Amino acid sequence: MIPMRMSASAAPHEDPSVIDFLVTPFSEFEFMRRALVGVIAIALGGGPVGVFLMLRRMSLTGDAMAHAILPGAAIGYLLAGLSLPAMTFGGLAAGVVVAMAAGLVSRFTALKEDASLAAFYLLSLALGVTIVSLRGSNVDLLHVLFGTVLALDDSTLLLLAAISTLTVLALALLYRPLVLECVDPIFLRSVSRAGTPTHLIFLGLVVMNLVGGFHALGTLLAVGMMMLPAAASRFWTSDITMMMIVSVVIGIASGIAGLLLSFHVELPAGPAIILSAGAVYVASLLVGREGGLLWLAWPGKHLEA
Amino acid sequence: MATRRTVLSWLASVLALAGALMPAAAQAPEKLKVVATFSILGDLVRQVGGERVEVTTLVGPNGDAHVYSPTPADGRRLMEARIVFTNGLKFEGWIDRLVTSSGTKALTVEAAKGVEGLDAREADHAHGRGHDHGHGSLDPHAWQYVMNVRVYVQNIRDALVAADPDGRDVYEANAAAYDAKLAALDREIRDLVNAIPAERRKIITSHEAFRYFEIYGIRFIAPQGTSTDAEASAKDVAIIIRQIKREQVPAVFIENVSDPRLMDRISKESGAKIGAKVYSDALSEPNGPAGTYIDMMRHNIRAFSAALSR
Repeated sequence: MIPMRMSASAAPHEDPSVIDFLVTPFSEFEFMRRALVGVIAIALGGGPVGVFLMLRRMSLTGDAMAHAILPGAAIGYLLAGLSLPAMTFGGLAAGVVVAMAAGLVSRFTALKEDASLAAFYLLSLALGVTIVSLRGSNVDLLHVLFGTVLALDDSTLLLLAAISTLTVLALALLYRPLVLECVDPIFLRSVSRAGTPTHLIFLGLVVMNLVGGFHALGTLLAVGMMMLPAAASRFWTSDITMMMIVSVVIGIASGIAGLLLSFHVELPAGPAIILSAGAVYVASLLVGREGGLLWLAWPGKHLEA
Repeated sequence: MATRRTVLSWLASVLALAGALMPAAAQAPEKLKVVATFSILGDLVRQVGGERVEVTTLVGPNGDAHVYSPTPADGRRLMEARIVFTNGLKFEGWIDRLVTSSGTKALTVEAAKGVEGLDAREADHAHGRGHDHGHGSLDPHAWQYVMNVRVYVQNIRDALVAADPDGRDVYEANAAAYDAKLAALDREIRDLVNAIPAERRKIITSHEAFRYFEIYGIRFIAPQGTSTDAEASAKDVAIIIRQIKREQVPAVFIENVSDPRLMDRISKESGAKIGAKVYSDALSEPNGPAGTYIDMMRHNIRAFSAALSR
């Protein structure tokens, strides 16, 4: 018998249906455990990168870069089929080329970076779709566009883990210049020449995380795991470190929620994960402590809470 | 007022019409024109009719005859035909309306007449894609059992002889020769099935067309409760894995989970082999692995046998 005095937080663990709901999918099936590890890795790397993208008003850059990856991955696919190293390398190369080209054009011509990025990513996307269509049917193209979080093999998991480790280390090293560039780029330029290399390394991190997410979630959804947790975290804190932690937590939580949704409600896994992150974003938008709509509408509630 | 555009579009349609009619006019007039509803039946009619018959199939290779929507051109083909061969067993729900509305005087022949039909499996229809042929009780995919096709061939021969008595000798000779090939195919399938250990003769498949093939002794188990949408959910994958483990199924032939990476995962986690593509309702392109009925059956049984043997 469960004593009535038992604390509220412990009670659900005694309930077998809750365990069934939350734990059994992962304990029974290896593919679910692999998917879980995959989304945790993606959230660890993607969340902090997303926070910096957002703070530097480059949120849509992530989207553009995700499309830019496609032709590289497509060329890899064309040469080697659904091969992990080929598609990874191709994606990285294409992403870096587009980022560099856009940066150079904006530096040496009158065109601003967003416009040149838009031009290059659209070219890149069209090229990618053309290349994929040359080889296979539309079904194959769909596989490339929508990765499979349910089918992560050992090498893909290793790649995802390596990318998130590298990202966290690089962000730790570049933390100061990155933050400075977010808040006062002109000051950074006056005291240090680290601005340009920092920017480039950061773009490299963005591309890397997108390529990792691309294998699990596909080009179109990889950005979601980067930007949605970051945008949601902004509603809870104004401290950058806290923001990164919150975004990682939100990313992991939406990953788990999405996988469970896919398991119990029979939704496709990738979209379910992004929709969960979207739900967290909307909830944060409404009730977030830092500028959430509810707090703006009834400022008095601050005091009551 | 006739603008330039309307004149041009008139011209274009007249040209298109002429282009469509030309080949028909150019053909030798003495061939017996017949229509078969789908590619497998078309092949059978071709085998029996040989040179004397010109066969048109309405639903071509790789097409789905369940959900076919006829085109106006099909109506014209029916008008020109002397015989319309259908599978029967309510396989082509659309054919009766098409025959009536085209106003053709062609004779409609059900190739499966006299075949002993099997009850349709209810479970197969619970997760059906738009299955709009309303076969209430009988499973129409009778050609998956070769002995049934020998009945098809007799029906086709009789219909051709009735329509073209001059060709009787040719039709009977062709039918007899093809019947011998079918008998050999039947023996080949039985031999291959017998070579598979009895406890391994089961397959999980989302194909709903292999009910008649079970007569040969292979059990086909439908994945329960999975949807046939393009992207599989975690639940679909879990159900398939659970079922494979529970029933100790050695092989899986699944259409809707077509991502090779996902199939690999299912195979690794459940221990079942992933089968090659099999053909159930339609032939492949003529130069493909299942260009004719006999090639199709041979391709399928080899795929099954390869996946089920040790």
